[in-house]
Amino acid sequence: MTGPEEHEHHHESLPVAARVRRLEERLIAAGLTSDEEIDELLTRFYADASPVNGARIVARAWTDDGFRDRLLADGSAAAAELGLGPQTSDFQLRAVANRPDRHNVIVCTLCSCYPLSLLGPSPGWYKSLAYRSRTVREPRAVLAEFGLDLPAATSIDVWDSTSEVRYLVVPVRPDGTDGLGQEELAALVTRNGLIGTAAV
Amino acid sequence: MRFPPGTRVRARATDPDHHTRLPRYLRGQVGEVVTAAAPQALPDDVARERPAPRVETVYAVRFRGADLWGSGSHTVTVDLWESYLEAAP
Repeated sequence: MTGPEEHEHHHESLPVAARVRRLEERLIAAGLTSDEEIDELLTRFYADASPVNGARIVARAWTDDGFRDRLLADGSAAAAELGLGPQTSDFQLRAVANRPDRHNVIVCTLCSCYPLSLLGPSPGWYKSLAYRSRTVREPRAVLAEFGLDLPAATSIDVWDSTSEVRYLVVPVRPDGTDGLGQEELAALVTRNGLIGTAAV
Repeated sequence: MRFPPGTRVRARATDPDHHTRLPRYLRGQVGEVVTAAAPQALPDDVARERPAPRVETVYAVRFRGADLWGSGSHTVTVDLWESYLEAAP
């Protein structure tokens, strides 16, 4: 298996990667599939899964108050308005909006649930035991380690994705972006911003 | 909906010997219902391959970090199936 994040985050060294590879080898040896077939499936799977999708949702919410309200009320329906229905068909999307005095951050303590279709492949750290156990306990310290030093007056809401609901953080629109169009705004939004481990 | 938003609920202090999506760090803790999601099949039943898994309302329940850990000004909101919860006084 050679998914894009393997190279980016060196997942080859994780025990789970070795287990997955062993399983793949057994299936290939049994004549049930091939490396080529697995790679093709993964390529197709990742083709429509990108943080560009989440960024588009955020850019629209920044520029259209009606859309923002609908997004916060029913994330899946709002995503479908932007043609992202197929990407959100297998979960309920719940968008949570940051404010200057309230910051949201997403974690999955039980495993690594995450809206892959809207955020792209999940980063290695998102699946790490340290992130999963510490974020619910000391989020301010964890965010500081990401370089996000929140003012003491900003409170933090952590969302633990234990069910079939998937979360998307809507960052605060940066100052000085008034003249920018949708695409330029979307380009400002990072995957970490959509998880809540970056400001934008 | 058994627990409308604003209801105080306690996560059950059970320790089942089967799969569950009730995280251990919440068991016995009291929080407040923030919102509810569309009903979902109960993972405990699905994992045990029950022929007709229960389908329950899933509540987003907000806990105070200080209640869970003894310190912290943050909140932790967790999606919990209805049978994981009981009304708290």
